[in-house]
Amino acid sequence: MEYLWEEEKLIKIVKRDQPSRTIFFLTPVLAIFLTLVAGGLIFYILGFKPFESLKFFFIVPIADMYGFSELLLKATPLCLIAIGLSFCFKSNNWNIGAEGQLTFGAIVSGGVALLFYDQEGFYILPIVILAGAIGGMLYASIPAILKTYFNTNEILVSLMLVYVSKLILDYLVVGPWSNPEGFNFPETRQFSDSARLPLLVEGLRIHAGIFLALAAVVISWFIFDKTYLGFQMKVSGFSLKTAKYAGYKGKKMIILVFLISGACAGLAGVGEITGPIGQLHREVSPDYGFTAIIVAFLGRLNPVGIIFASLVVAITYLGAETAQIFMQIPKYTGQVFQGMILFFLLASDYLLFFKIKFIGSKK
Amino acid sequence: MHKIFIRSLVSSLVFLFTLTVSAVAKDVKAAFVYIGPTGDHGWTYQHDVGRKAVEAAGYKTTYVEGVPESADAERVLRQLANSGHDIIFTTSFGYMNPTNKVAKEFPKVKFEHATGYKREHSNVSTYAARFYEGRTILGTIAGSMTKSNVIGYVASFPIPEVIRGINSFTLAAQKVNPNIKTKIVWAFTWYDPGKEAEAAKALIDQGADIIAQHTDSTAIVQIAEKAGIFAFGQASDMDKFAPKAVLTSVENNWGPYYVDRVKAVDNGTWNQKDTWHGIGDGMVVISDLDSAIPADVRAKVNQLEKDLASGKVHSFTGPIYDQKGNLMVAEGKTADDGMLAGMMTYVKGVEGDIPK
Repeated sequence: MEYLWEEEKLIKIVKRDQPSRTIFFLTPVLAIFLTLVAGGLIFYILGFKPFESLKFFFIVPIADMYGFSELLLKATPLCLIAIGLSFCFKSNNWNIGAEGQLTFGAIVSGGVALLFYDQEGFYILPIVILAGAIGGMLYASIPAILKTYFNTNEILVSLMLVYVSKLILDYLVVGPWSNPEGFNFPETRQFSDSARLPLLVEGLRIHAGIFLALAAVVISWFIFDKTYLGFQMKVSGFSLKTAKYAGYKGKKMIILVFLISGACAGLAGVGEITGPIGQLHREVSPDYGFTAIIVAFLGRLNPVGIIFASLVVAITYLGAETAQIFMQIPKYTGQVFQGMILFFLLASDYLLFFKIKFIGSKK
Repeated sequence: MHKIFIRSLVSSLVFLFTLTVSAVAKDVKAAFVYIGPTGDHGWTYQHDVGRKAVEAAGYKTTYVEGVPESADAERVLRQLANSGHDIIFTTSFGYMNPTNKVAKEFPKVKFEHATGYKREHSNVSTYAARFYEGRTILGTIAGSMTKSNVIGYVASFPIPEVIRGINSFTLAAQKVNPNIKTKIVWAFTWYDPGKEAEAAKALIDQGADIIAQHTDSTAIVQIAEKAGIFAFGQASDMDKFAPKAVLTSVENNWGPYYVDRVKAVDNGTWNQKDTWHGIGDGMVVISDLDSAIPADVRAKVNQLEKDLASGKVHSFTGPIYDQKGNLMVAEGKTADDGMLAGMMTYVKGVEGDIPK
């Protein structure tokens, strides 16, 4: 128990017996609100009109059909990866390397797509998608196996493997997989149409990958809420000791959640290269794997929450571009917004465990 | 995070300043898409200097910085094309496919793609600079001034642009000093101060007393300054970052081209073309020569610059042999643009193999 304004005892901060469930879901909203206020303030200090700036940041980019479809396009990989990460995070496994699993998934599926570069056929796309999921799983299995059998720290291993995966991609697109007609520039051939995810609406870039994300949402909700596995994960998340007493097979679960997480990240990679990009090059993802960590927490590791969180974070990317085009606000403010959302979320989590009591003056 | 904040603060102040000084704007609006931040003092910085020249000519400009070559590039291009811009400059190779894709959907907007080779629609032009001419000057200085006869060269990616630079540099150095060797370290990045610094250190350990670079950061010249050896600046005049080490820099001067192309849109004379300009057209500029360069070398370099500009001297004049001793360009002949564009073999005197 601690007091603010000790001599007057106006406010008392009391630890809650149990974290409040209402506040659990309200704090993300509070964090977004505080981010908007702080963002407006920053714009004001920088000499921009705060409300107009926020309008160009959060409303203008999605004001038309094209903008809205771009929002969904951007949110798709974030949602997919964050759903995968929620399996890990719920069960106390800190997979920070989704970006690497995405990259490796893209490498494997891209490699398969390149094998079929001059062929058409309905069977190509399913193989390419499957290859991406397997690639992501393989890559995620490394930190999982090292953790379960050699007791290594999965945060470090998964993070370091991100850089390894990017170097592998670099090597492949510069060297053996580079387009033979491409003057040695670091990019592969374009994939054949059969290896591309179909577009949902002609003229827009939104593609069938969004169904993968939605399927992940539904499946994860089912697993979390309706299965014994979901229950085991929850218990391990709250207390590893309890899970052990209950006799849950911890090692199996660690590997399983990493595989699920890796598959989701790998599929996100497939969505990027077989969706809007259509080839492999050095920059497959603008760090979706890291941003998805923010999304997962902002969504409270809850499938529906993650949908909303991915949309909110996706708009910070789009808004940053619009704000620079129309208001000449530096584009890097988008990253500032992402940082602020996470910061305010973590800060307001204090309210989860403590409540503020106004007890009035005792003078 | 606070670095980003300060950068935003500074750049917005700069913007406010330019806003107040720019005079009555003309109708044509130009947009620029950058791969990095405008403050990188290399590639993007120089493109932004070019953009400011367009502003100074009385045209409104917009830019978007730090646009990844991922799926995001296409959206930014489309937004720019959709919001009243008449000409869009895309200043990195990785924008090639998105540029051509968006150009198809906006036939009235002109697109200018730097360093690419695809012009799939009549509203797409490409442009690049003959930086290898600048490297002929650097090679001449390096060959004249090295004492160890080992010259280091930090390269980015094994593409013709970079191989051509290495070759042009080495040929010029050999001309004044047949004993020199060019040692290459591949950094596999265009901009990564840490990696570039490591590459420079590795070259110094191998005995290099002059280092050239085909990467964009100022890390290499700063390492050279510390080690007490010489170096050359890249993209912008890097003299202020290493006053003793930098002998000269090859500057990318895009301004005249940008102003020219925007004016062409204004006059209705814009047409599709593939531009490859060098010292003669002012797209490649040699910075002031450092006082450490002896008078005779200085005189030779000044003459060479004039001859390259007039076309009297060509960077690739035969006889040129590859590493195995096969003849690449016969005596008295010069390499044509087709050969230059696809150059993927080292000339004699370069050490090592091109990474495959």
